[in-house]
Amino acid sequence: MKLSKLLATAAVALGLATTAMAQDKTKVGFVFVGPVGDGGWTYEHNQGRLAVEKEFGDKVETVFVESVPEGPDAERVMTQMALEGADLIFTTSFGYMDPTINVAQKFPNVKFEHATGYKRADNVSTYSARFYEGRAIQGHIAGKMTKSNIIGYIGSYPIPEVIRGINSAYIHAKKANPNVQFKIVWAYTWFDPAKEADAAKVLIEQGADIVLQHTDSTAPQAAAQAAGNVYTFGQASDMASFGPKPRISSIIDNWAPYYIARTKAVMDGTWTSVDTWDGIGAGMVGIGEISSEVPDDVKAEALALKDAIASGSYHPFTGPLKKQDGSDWLKDGETADDGTLAGMNFYVEGIEGDIPQ
Amino acid sequence: MIRLEKRPEPSRVWNYAAPVVAVIATMIAGGLLFAFLGKDPVASIKTIFWEPLFSEFAFYYRPQLLIKGAPLVLIAIGLSLGFRAGIWNIGAEGQYIMGALSGAAVALALYPLEAWWIFPAMVIAGALGGWAWAMIPGLLKARFGANEILVSLMLVYVAEKLLAAMALGLMKNPQGYGFPGSRNLSQMPWATSWINQNAGLHWGVLFAIAAVIAAYVLLSRHLLGFQIQLAGQAPRAARFAGVNPTRLTLFCLGTSGALAGLAGMFEVAGPSGIVSIDFNAGYGFTAIIVAFLGRLNPIGILMAGLLMALTYVGGDIAQSKLGLPKAAIQMFQGMLLFFLLAVDLFTNYRLKWATKEAA
Amino acid sequence: MDLSAINPVLLLASLLVAATPLLLAAIGETIVERAGVLNLGVEGMMITGAICGFAICVNTGSPVTGLVAAAIGGAALSLVFAFLTQVALANQVASGLALTLFGLGLSALLGQNYQGIKPPSFPRFDIPLLADIPVLGPILFRQDPVVYLALALTLATWAFLKFTRAGLILRAVGENHDAAHALGYKVIRIRTLAILFGGALAGMGGAYISLIRVPQWTEGMTAGIGWIALALVVFGAWKPLRVALGAFLFGGIEVVQLNLQAAGVAIPVEILAMSPYLITILVLVIMSADRSGAPASLGRSFHASH
Repeated sequence: MKLSKLLATAAVALGLATTAMAQDKTKVGFVFVGPVGDGGWTYEHNQGRLAVEKEFGDKVETVFVESVPEGPDAERVMTQMALEGADLIFTTSFGYMDPTINVAQKFPNVKFEHATGYKRADNVSTYSARFYEGRAIQGHIAGKMTKSNIIGYIGSYPIPEVIRGINSAYIHAKKANPNVQFKIVWAYTWFDPAKEADAAKVLIEQGADIVLQHTDSTAPQAAAQAAGNVYTFGQASDMASFGPKPRISSIIDNWAPYYIARTKAVMDGTWTSVDTWDGIGAGMVGIGEISSEVPDDVKAEALALKDAIASGSYHPFTGPLKKQDGSDWLKDGETADDGTLAGMNFYVEGIEGDIPQ
Repeated sequence: MIRLEKRPEPSRVWNYAAPVVAVIATMIAGGLLFAFLGKDPVASIKTIFWEPLFSEFAFYYRPQLLIKGAPLVLIAIGLSLGFRAGIWNIGAEGQYIMGALSGAAVALALYPLEAWWIFPAMVIAGALGGWAWAMIPGLLKARFGANEILVSLMLVYVAEKLLAAMALGLMKNPQGYGFPGSRNLSQMPWATSWINQNAGLHWGVLFAIAAVIAAYVLLSRHLLGFQIQLAGQAPRAARFAGVNPTRLTLFCLGTSGALAGLAGMFEVAGPSGIVSIDFNAGYGFTAIIVAFLGRLNPIGILMAGLLMALTYVGGDIAQSKLGLPKAAIQMFQGMLLFFLLAVDLFTNYRLKWATKEAA
Repeated sequence: MDLSAINPVLLLASLLVAATPLLLAAIGETIVERAGVLNLGVEGMMITGAICGFAICVNTGSPVTGLVAAAIGGAALSLVFAFLTQVALANQVASGLALTLFGLGLSALLGQNYQGIKPPSFPRFDIPLLADIPVLGPILFRQDPVVYLALALTLATWAFLKFTRAGLILRAVGENHDAAHALGYKVIRIRTLAILFGGALAGMGGAYISLIRVPQWTEGMTAGIGWIALALVVFGAWKPLRVALGAFLFGGIEVVQLNLQAAGVAIPVEILAMSPYLITILVLVIMSADRSGAPASLGRSFHASH
């Protein structure tokens, strides 16, 4: 217990020292789960970090550690950043949840921001993006563009985040095209380009002419390009180099506005613990340019859908909707509450197959 | 022409000098690498080796060395017994996973039961899990002569798949909103391996130290220790001396498996806390390197484990303070191993200027 | 469930593609192990090859040059292993693991500026006439040239080990290095050459992933394929043709698994993913029982004591 007191004193002392030394320099730390060069999840968080540097210039100093395993290493890296005077620390993986809470307890004056988790504290905020909003637009375009009426979907792990995306895409594809059918393949990895390429090829061979992916590499794009008449959407980053075909649009993780806003809040002393789940409206979910392959009317519909979601006038999960087993979920006009969405573990009616348990 | 000549006996001087030479050589080569990447080489090296031990925050980093080093030492001690006897268990990573799964299973299955005996039961289950996983290559070798290197390696992948299945299925936290990963064992006072978190002290650290002492005694004082050494150096002589190779194989594999299982169990019930998809962070493989760096000697392994931990802790500090990429730290660790392995040569051999007729 | 959606011809064709990087690396390692050396650094050499090939291919615009560069890169890294194990007599298991650690770091550093770039594409090469044969044509004769190269190398390795004098010497070195030395063969030189060959093939296997199968560069993109290649050598009982069979089986299980999922068959993915390893263990046991196991000197250091 003596040591924890020592930790706290050191932090306070250091906090004083830094404020005395460099009054106007705010230090922001980032803990990354993958390498900054993964081209997907971590890459986009790092873009957010760079945006913070660009926005505030000399007033801010950012530090990061990449490829930090979840568990004791993560806790150590966060503590180390806090000891070295970080004012704000972003921890960007679900598995960092408990370590973030632990470290935050020891450093009450340091602010923490944990991505995609559900545990908060006075100095721990959580943030996540409503990617399913982007999936709705993808689903609509996919439903309109498919000729074979078969849409392939590469899932990573069967967790709520991914299931939500499948449901959202399916509902809107079905609306655009009642004959549409989803083929879902679970890769059981977030990142394995070779496996993702295989999965995409398999889906294409089985007749899919649109491939949606919830894994982060561009391998499925390349597979679609090689196959010819197949369309894809960029995931996590824009993947614009695969446009205008096969990539016809994309969902972009855009953390920059949030990171800038939160850094600003720390500078102004207005930071409070919040739970943020932002979507297209707040700019956290970006929709990449819809390419020239998409007919103008479809593009217009997609953009209208985007605007409706952004303004809040339309919710992608609006009733009437039934669950896969035929039971009622949402009544006519009713929208899904965030709690159900956060823990979503069922398919909506019409999707074939079971969620692996 | 230079040639190598085997020393009649391992050099005592080189035994101690080799690691020092290797570390210095790594610092030079690593410094060049860091300079090439546009970083201050002296500051980089100092950050990696000095900061964790003597900086103003050393009070925090030193205990972290224990947390990072304990599983490495515990696993490496077990492996070293087998390696000395010429029995190659390279599947400690799998045994580590199985130990963690078995240990965690006890607490998770009984949840929310609180009882004093749960933690001891977890320790036993963890050891048994690792032991059983190692007995597969053991028995296959004993019965069929199947190569234990390859069988134990294959079982690592099987264990990894099993881990993912458990984190996503059976052991998933029912209150975790559907996210993969179990309940947090470190938050169950009756099931955690923590003794004092701030001091970096958990049962795994104590077991690691105990294992070092036990291995030292075994190797220097006990008949079994002698048999292990003999089996490795002169298998045929060992047989004449009454060593039963089957029993020795089973003993070495079983012990290393049990220790790896324990390491996994202590990790999952303490520092890590959660059975997650990528719970294993490569300790089982790194421990093989640690065993060799410590030249299969218990005290050496203790030092090597701490050195390895130092490069991890210091490497992370260097990443955040100096912006060194993780990749550079990995290369640096690789170099350290290369140099240590290379200079080891001089312990058992000496360079000699060969005359013509000798060649 | 709709099994009719699976097209067996396309399945077999993509199986060949999935198997190729495995096959290249495993054939290389077969030669290494036949010479009595266990190099566990395959993953490190593959990923180094992947980035070397990718970088050179992007810079020169020539996929073939890239492939050659990948082979050189893999071989260069294996030279470190050769020095450690053959000259400095270091333990092979530890050296191999260190090589993988080093290779992962090195490749990440080299690849820092190559993210998000599309490499020039490798032309598919349809063998004239044969490509038009129904069923067999699309499976066997409409692939990229590296697939043919891998198959040709497999055959060449098989012939080399079985029929040539050099192959015989290599095997002798692997079975009993002391006897081979006594007969006047340069054990260390032969083993070093074998290690370089293994490195070159592993490098090419890596480049196949970064240049053709995916194609892009991302850190850690080989994602464990090098380790599977190691398993494959054992599965194939150190015989090139059996190794090839194993590569198709290992690559095949993956492709079939994905196919079944897409067709809506509820399969326990993890159990299926374990199966190649369990099968390998089974094969190993069967082989060991009839005493046609590993090269006798596998993993042991050699030093001529006189």
